[in-house]
Amino acid sequence: MHSPNTTDASWPDAIHAHFRRVGIRQVGYVPDAGHSRLITLCRDDPGIADVVLTTEEEGVGLVAGAALGGERAALLMQSSGVGNCVNMFALLRNCGFGCLVLVTMRGEFGEFNPWQVPMGTITEDVLRLAGFLTYRIDTADAVDEIVGAGCDMAFDGNLQIAILLSQRLIGRKLWTR
Amino acid sequence: MAPAMITRRDLVRRLLVDRGDLLIVSGLGSATWDVAAAGDHPLNFYLWGAMGGSAMIGLGLALARPDRRVAVITGDGDMLMGIGSLATIGVKAPKNLAIVVLDNAHYGETGMQPSHTQAGVDLVAVARACRFRDARAIARIDEAAEIRALLHNGEGPIFISAPIKPEDTPRVLPLRDGHAIKQRFIAALSSSAQA
Repeated sequence: MHSPNTTDASWPDAIHAHFRRVGIRQVGYVPDAGHSRLITLCRDDPGIADVVLTTEEEGVGLVAGAALGGERAALLMQSSGVGNCVNMFALLRNCGFGCLVLVTMRGEFGEFNPWQVPMGTITEDVLRLAGFLTYRIDTADAVDEIVGAGCDMAFDGNLQIAILLSQRLIGRKLWTR
Repeated sequence: MAPAMITRRDLVRRLLVDRGDLLIVSGLGSATWDVAAAGDHPLNFYLWGAMGGSAMIGLGLALARPDRRVAVITGDGDMLMGIGSLATIGVKAPKNLAIVVLDNAHYGETGMQPSHTQAGVDLVAVARACRFRDARAIARIDEAAEIRALLHNGEGPIFISAPIKPEDTPRVLPLRDGHAIKQRFIAALSSSAQA
C-alpha cells in the first residue's frame, strides 16, 4: 500500500551502531513503518532484547525497570505515541532516569492524513513540557552526529532525550488507493 | 461456611517473610503501603504514581537481571490500567518475573469506587490468555506459603490474584523521593551482585 521514499535508506544503521556503541540492551517499540528497518536491526541483534509494546507508555516503565537492573534501554515510537506516554513520563523526571526516545514524525511535511496532524504538530512541545530535551533531524547526513550526542546525553548525562526524525527524513508515506 | 477473606497486610507480610534478595516493585497506593509495612528494604522500588506502570517496570528489571527474582506487588486498579502489559510480558515470557495483584475490587485511594473486577472481569483469565506460565487465584491465607515459594522458585511468568478484604488500613509511608528510592535500589542491587 505504501513504501518509504527515503533519500538515504541506511540512516537506521547509524542509529543501531550507536545503540551498540553505548551498550543499549533493551529496545521497546510499537511497530511503525518509519522505524521498520531499525526494528529489524534490533530484532536481529542477539545483544538486544526487543520488546514489542501494546502502547508506548509501557516503554517508559521498561526503561525504568531496565535502569534499576543496570541496563540501558531505548524507545522507538511514532509521534502519535508520545501522546500516549504523557503521565508515565513523570516516572523519568521524578526519579531521574535517563531516557532516549527516537520519534518518527507524522502530521507534518507532506502528510496526507489529517488525523495525524493534531498530535504531530504538538509532539515536540509535549516532549519539552514533560522534561525532555528535543533534537530534530531533517537529513540523513545528520543522523550519526545527533543520535551519537543524544545517546551520550541520555546515558552519561542522565537526561531525557527525544530525537525527532522528521517526515522529510523518513520519507513521505505514499498513499495509493 | 465461606473462608474468612484474606487481609492485605497479613498476606504481603507472609509473602515477604525471609525475602532474601527478592527484588520488589510495588504499585502505587495501598500496595506500596503494604510492602512498606512488611519491612522497608533497599530492594523495594516503591511507586507513588505512574499508575499502570508497575508490571512493565518489573519486566524491564527481570530482563536486565535474569539471575534474580522479581516480584511486582500491586492492586487491581494499577493492573487494569496496565492490562496491555500482560500481553507484552507474555511475548517475552521472563522466567524470573511474578505479579501479585491484591484485588479488593475497589479503587481504594479515591473513595472505594468499584473496580472492573467487582463486575467479574477476570484478571487471571487475561493473564492465562496472555501466555503466563502459571496464572491462578488464591482464596485462603494459608496458601501464602506456597505463593511465597513460587515468588522465589517458580518458573515464570507467574500471575497471582489474591482477593482481599476491602478495608481501610493505616498508611505506612516509605521513602517518597523518587531519586532516593531509585539510587538506593541500584546501589543495593549492584553491591549484592558482588557479594
